[in-house]
Amino acid sequence: MEEIIKEVVIDEQEEYTINMGPQHPSTHGVLRLVVSLKGEIVKNIEPHIGYIHRGIEKMCESITYPQIIHLTDRMDYLSAAINNEAVCLAVEKALEVEIPDRIKIIRTIISELTRIQSHQLFWASYGMDMGGQTCFFYGLRDREKVLDIFEETTGGRMIVSYNCPGGLMYDIHPNFQKRVKEFIKYFRGVLWEYDAILSGNVIFRERTIGIGRLKLEDAISYGITGPSGRASGFSCDIRKQEPYSAYDRVKFNEVLYTEGDTYHRYLARIEEMRESMNIIDQLIDNIPEGPYFVKMKPVIKLPEGEYFQRVETARGELDVFIKSDGNKNPYRVKFRSPNFVNLGVLNHISKDFKIADLIAIAGSLDFVIPDIDR
Amino acid sequence: MNSIIQYFKEIIQGVGSLLKGMRVTNRYFFSPGKIVTQKYPNNRKDLVMFERFKGEVVMPHNESNEHKCTGCGICEINCPNGTIEVISKTIITEDGKKKRVIDKHIYRLGMCTFCALCVKTCPSNALAFSQEFEHAVFNRALLIKTLNKPGSQLMKGVE
Ligand code: SF4
Ligand code: SF4
Repeated sequence: MEEIIKEVVIDEQEEYTINMGPQHPSTHGVLRLVVSLKGEIVKNIEPHIGYIHRGIEKMCESITYPQIIHLTDRMDYLSAAINNEAVCLAVEKALEVEIPDRIKIIRTIISELTRIQSHQLFWASYGMDMGGQTCFFYGLRDREKVLDIFEETTGGRMIVSYNCPGGLMYDIHPNFQKRVKEFIKYFRGVLWEYDAILSGNVIFRERTIGIGRLKLEDAISYGITGPSGRASGFSCDIRKQEPYSAYDRVKFNEVLYTEGDTYHRYLARIEEMRESMNIIDQLIDNIPEGPYFVKMKPVIKLPEGEYFQRVETARGELDVFIKSDGNKNPYRVKFRSPNFVNLGVLNHISKDFKIADLIAIAGSLDFVIPDIDR
Repeated sequence: MNSIIQYFKEIIQGVGSLLKGMRVTNRYFFSPGKIVTQKYPNNRKDLVMFERFKGEVVMPHNESNEHKCTGCGICEINCPNGTIEVISKTIITEDGKKKRVIDKHIYRLGMCTFCALCVKTCPSNALAFSQEFEHAVFNRALLIKTLNKPGSQLMKGVE
């Protein structure tokens, strides 16, 4: 008997492994991180993905191009309209259709509204990850206004399915311009609260400044795009580098920082909301009259070949690659999703920080898990 | 000495930043007029959804129980996930011609992804979205709906 009951001695020098997730509030979905710890210090992180893998790329091979659009909504659901746009642009490029200005401008406004609501949700949930319940309510309060605009024009709140090859599903609602202007005015008036509640908060600053520093070289070699990459000084904004839709006719700044720590990844998103509002300001009064779609053939067949389109979603660069063999279904579709690539750097930047910092670092990369798994 | 001053300065600045955040929350606490939450389900009666809201696919019928669906099956082809199944039958009209009409238009709400392709592509505009959003039922079979009402007919003038 005595032999069986042995005292278990935990060697403090030894590494041990814990699971964070698949169900963990700070992973924002079903992501499992196997974390090796030495005491409280993170030594290694191994992400296990695929819990909600739906095979979207494979599914695309058996459906037509207009049908692909609704699947892209379900990758990065917070950038749904931008994902739609990526596929539409690729298809339009392949068919060489000329898209009128009206469609381009409406697409740009919808994309920027999408970016704003995504960053609002980031702010809300990041505040909650760091222990601030209030942020969540304030963030969702403002996001609700954008979702109402979406609902009125597109019929959907998150899953908008608004773009289609050749244009838009519906014309904008007569109230659209008025509502967007009201929202911009309202949101400019409350954005200071975001800074007052979280950005200036001493506890928040202590927990984020200098934590999870990502150097510029590493950002480039890991391919970190979006606000996370720009916080490290990596100028990677597709809207600037390869302007699509109406981005070539608006003036805006690319938000760049050099520090690359958790705090600046957070700050980059707050600043991007301001830039997005500037972009909308420049376009909202200049929507020309005209049709909201270009008439396409009832069955869209892409000519044989390979087509590629890059767009900037709220989290980084989304690339769509379509290989067509001339049929109504694509031969192969590949999405380069920003979240999947950004996840790769997590181990690199959270090594040797405390486990509580891991929550802050993972939160600041703003993962959307369905986009990782696809 | 300097470091002591620095120390207290940091404490005061830190507390100040917390108070600044508290000021925002207090403002909302004392001005409840700005409250935006709705008391759902108590406000059900006067809750109006936007007219384009995609609640579920329906087939509008007029007063004399007529719809516009010709049974062509285009919506079935366009639906990406097999939500719609159009079952048609052949009837013989008064003047002795054979005609294909719809028997059942089956819609599986549980599978629908609200992509609106069926509504957009229907050549006779027979489908529409309703604003209903309370879809919960106790039995999954109840989500399989037949959109054409019993005894309904094709509207006059729709081919
Ligand atoms: S609903 Fe429209 S598309 Fe579908 S079978 Fe009827 S007429 Fe054809
Ligand atoms: S909305 Fe889309 S998924 Fe739903 S029935 Fe229509 S085509 Fe099918």
